[in-house]
Amino acid sequence: MSNQLIVIGNGPVGHKFLESLVASGQADQFEITVFGEEPRHAYDRVHLTAWFESREAASLNMVPDGFYQANSIRCISGDKIISIDREHKRVTSEQGEELSYDKIILATGSFPFVPPVPGHDRENTFVYRTIEDLEAITAAAANSRVGTVVGGGLLGLEAAKALKELDLKTHVVEFAPRLMMVQVDDGGGSLLRGKIEDLGVSVHTGKNTQNIGDGDECFHKMSFADDSELETDLIVFSAGIRPRDELGKQCGLEMGERGGIVINDHCQTSDEAIYAIGEVALWGGRIYGLIAPGNAMAQAAVDHLLPGATASEFTGADMSTKLKLMGVDVASIGDAHGNSEGALSYSYVNEADEIYKKIVVSPDKKHLLGAVLVGEANDYGTLLQFALNKIELPENPESLILPALDGVSAGGLGVDMLPDSAQICSCNNISKGTLVEAVQSGCCNIGDLKTATNAATGCGGCTALVTQIMNAEMEKLGMEVNTDLCEHFPYTRQDIYNLVRVEKIHSFEQLIEQHGSGHGCDICKPTIASILATCWNDHILDDQHHVLQDTNDYFMANMQKDGTYSVVPRVAGGEITPDKLIVLGQVAKKYDLYTKITGGQRVDLFGARAETLPLIWRELIDAGFESGHAYGKALRTVKSCVGSSWCRYGVQDSVGAAINIENRYRGLRSPHKLKMAVSGCTRECAEAQCKDVGIIATENGFNMYVCGNGGMKPRHADLFATDLDYDTLIKYIDRFFMFYIRTADRLQRTSVWMENMEGGLDYLKSIIIDDKLGLCEELEAEMAHIVDTYQCEWKTTIEDPEKVQRFNHFVNSSNADSNVVFVRERQQIRPANEVERKDLINLKEIA
Amino acid sequence: MSHTETHWQDICHLDAIVPNAGRCALVKGEQIAIFRVKKNGNDALYAVHNHDPFSQANVISRGIVGSIDGKIVVASPIYKQHFCLKTGSCLEDDTAQLKTYPVRIENNRVQLSA
Ligand code: SRM
Ligand SMILES: Cc1cc2nc3c(=O)[nH]c(=O)nc-3n(C[C@H](O)[C@H](O)[C@H](O)COP(=O)(O)OP(=O)(O)OC[C@H]3O[C@@H](n4cnc5c(N)ncnc54)[C@H](O)[C@@H]3O)c2cc1C
Ligand code: SF4
Ligand code: FES
Repeated sequence: MSNQLIVIGNGPVGHKFLESLVASGQADQFEITVFGEEPRHAYDRVHLTAWFESREAASLNMVPDGFYQANSIRCISGDKIISIDREHKRVTSEQGEELSYDKIILATGSFPFVPPVPGHDRENTFVYRTIEDLEAITAAAANSRVGTVVGGGLLGLEAAKALKELDLKTHVVEFAPRLMMVQVDDGGGSLLRGKIEDLGVSVHTGKNTQNIGDGDECFHKMSFADDSELETDLIVFSAGIRPRDELGKQCGLEMGERGGIVINDHCQTSDEAIYAIGEVALWGGRIYGLIAPGNAMAQAAVDHLLPGATASEFTGADMSTKLKLMGVDVASIGDAHGNSEGALSYSYVNEADEIYKKIVVSPDKKHLLGAVLVGEANDYGTLLQFALNKIELPENPESLILPALDGVSAGGLGVDMLPDSAQICSCNNISKGTLVEAVQSGCCNIGDLKTATNAATGCGGCTALVTQIMNAEMEKLGMEVNTDLCEHFPYTRQDIYNLVRVEKIHSFEQLIEQHGSGHGCDICKPTIASILATCWNDHILDDQHHVLQDTNDYFMANMQKDGTYSVVPRVAGGEITPDKLIVLGQVAKKYDLYTKITGGQRVDLFGARAETLPLIWRELIDAGFESGHAYGKALRTVKSCVGSSWCRYGVQDSVGAAINIENRYRGLRSPHKLKMAVSGCTRECAEAQCKDVGIIATENGFNMYVCGNGGMKPRHADLFATDLDYDTLIKYIDRFFMFYIRTADRLQRTSVWMENMEGGLDYLKSIIIDDKLGLCEELEAEMAHIVDTYQCEWKTTIEDPEKVQRFNHFVNSSNADSNVVFVRERQQIRPANEVERKDLINLKEIA
Repeated sequence: MSHTETHWQDICHLDAIVPNAGRCALVKGEQIAIFRVKKNGNDALYAVHNHDPFSQANVISRGIVGSIDGKIVVASPIYKQHFCLKTGSCLEDDTAQLKTYPVRIENNRVQLSA
């Protein structure tokens, strides 16, 4: 007998329900069908605005490939349920599909409320809810100059940011006397307004729109109750949400007075067979317009559906929020307005730095009831924990929001004070206990912890606190368990780096004798080889170093899947003469190498057998090439755009700068590879903002960006310093690289290093720009040593016959590896696949 | 039980293999990776087949030598699986196995029996 389960609505909460059900391992008890009205699978509406970054719907997708098939879920997109027949337990869709059900999950969400003013349905009026909405707004913006958002709440300001970024003159019109009525108070509201106006958005509060008609200069003219008017080309309504409860009405479920389908603590509606979750559900007289409560409801419904499960119940949710609105930190906790009886409040206003903080405490000053933070919200996590876990406040509660004048941090909250049950990540309902467990079972960086627990993957508001808990727990564990480099060294990479520097250790053998055990391995050997190279810059194939290297460093070439190697000479800044290009062609032809332009603005020659590498390099070096270090955890390329020499927009010589910079840092060994780029103007054709260090020329000098990454997990670089002259730029890069090399973990790119850095960008600036640790001189001297002792590793190698001899495939024969077989494709070689290889080897043997 | 005499084949001078590294030898058409592991002044030799079962490439001799849980191992340079040099077994996958060969040092010459 089948158990038919129909989920109506494929939004974030409907999907969360399916995910939790699958995670329970009991989804196979049901025959599941999910209906979604939108044309695509569930996507992350919370991050809807991020659509503008790529303009690809796929970037918001929440459903892993194959999720529905793997779990036998039937998913119908682009069709909606229009009626529920409770008597016969059947539903009907708009496209005529009829299905019977045993249980229904209503997850139909909500729709944006559009005030019924005359003209609200004119052309070029929009809402901000779906990907289609954003596509339509983008299309209309292309032919518009002015855009207006009706509604100055959280979503309205987010929409305003989008309009601003679409290059529209942007207005926000709000009915109430201040922005973000629900979350912030008067003081916070006026500060927020100032900040947003500074960004060039005009804010009009206390405006009651009465009519929208034809404009004189723009497409629309809005008229307000106070007789004022505003002309605009497009309008986005963001005046609140209303539950999509039409099915509830249609089939006669109990409804709230002002809408919403009433549910109990198990998320059941007045009909036991029908559950409602997410923004359509009314619990305790309230609709929850945030994702975290929706997720909690989804879990409660799953638990109730499954017999014998430990039932979590939905018993309300905290509505505290922290967000960045147009670059302004805003947070609101609990009773932000101080409405509770006898509540007292403290506030701190700093007009100079535009910071506003308020806390609301109980009459006995023992407990925190609410808070508002605008302009700086670093204390959000701590304050939220005081409120949620009813932790007793310090004697002077104001210390929680007063700045630390003596440099000592103010009344923070030791994470030890939190009970294990304390909810740390509200988006995903992760408790301190869960985090601590994950750390104990081996997560020792924030990235792993996020993957293992899901914490800090929603709004991100809890990241600082999650990190503190992780660090505290790791400290308790004595750190040893998780941060040892490997079984041979009871130290972190940083410790080893310091040992090598301080004790002036020059070889792996000396280090393992004095500080390690065993023979070493493929983890510690290359790591230590890299540290020795940064500190002393000996040749990497010197006797004591070469057996430490990965094969790529050992052969100074990248090993390919068939055991052959690739050759990548340096082409600094991507600039190359015709003569050198010809040499590359000649060498490739002579040794029959596959030739390809790389993603790093240079040329890669593939298919070289180990024994031919010294011959190939001899020819390249004679023609003036040098090693490109494509094989090393080292500086790779400094990409450039053509810049002011040719480009009509260029403001600096980006090619010249890129070449100088590449020649300065070539050969620098580091925890992971390093990539850079220099763009000649703000159009950014060299893609500098996805590099470890990116440089963008300005009229006055150079802007420096740090810790960007392409690759598996792209990260946009952070703007580190602006309008630097060339010498200062180089000084900062020297310091930045040496500080990274000193403190990063093995195989940690600068992006991940930054993500894990306590204090983040500001901390890094304080060290590299303000020299807070007094390190800068030392860092610069260390870099100077590397620059001064640079040698082309390949040049030194081919001049040493003993080293060259090691490239032969066999120690006792001059034969080549018969297993390496190529076929030709598009006029070049490529490794034969297995079938081709067998055929070709057989042929050879027959012949 | 019959006892077959071991035929030792001369390969190269010991110095041709750098301490704590491997080299590949060609013996009767077979590729054999020979490793020289040095600790506290003593040399130990190991020989395993040079063919990496995971990548199908002849590259085992170019891996990094080390120890894991007391076993002397080599890490394949392509996908980094570890093989015990003594037994040839793979630490990550018990279905993968490298053939091993007797190898010795005789008057500073490396000799192998295949
Ligand atoms: C050749 C090249 C592809 C091409 O044909 O264009 C390439 C080839 C390889 N890349 Fe790459 N990457 C190449 C440009 C890039 C770029 C583009 C760039 O540099 O602008 C990226 C993204 C940018 C970035 O790194 O942030 C890139 C991100 C990666 C990653 C992911 C790194 C990450 O942080 O997520 C890896 C894997 C790794 O390093 O762990 C990787 C690893 C590799 C390896 C080393 C994989 C391997 O172990 O065999 C490939 C070596 C091929 C060889 O033998 O030369 N490659 N790789 C490019 C060489 C550029 C050069 O001139 O040196
Ligand atoms: C721009 C924006 C920013 C936001 N930012 C945040 C934030 O920072 N933090 C936060 O917590 N929340 C935020 N939210 C709110 C959050 O997105 C919602 O709480 C969440 O989407 C609710 O999920 P849901 O599944 O209940 O409803 P929805 O997301 O509305 O999904 C319901 C789905 O059901 C479909 N549907 C409706 N009726 C039917 C039917 N009869 N048949 C079939 N399908 C139907 C709808 O088309 C829709 O796809 C934001 C929302 C927006 C729009
Ligand atoms: S993207 Fe992957 S396959 Fe392509 S070159 Fe880079 S590492 Fe190799
Ligand atoms: S609280 Fe939103 S991600 Fe943790």
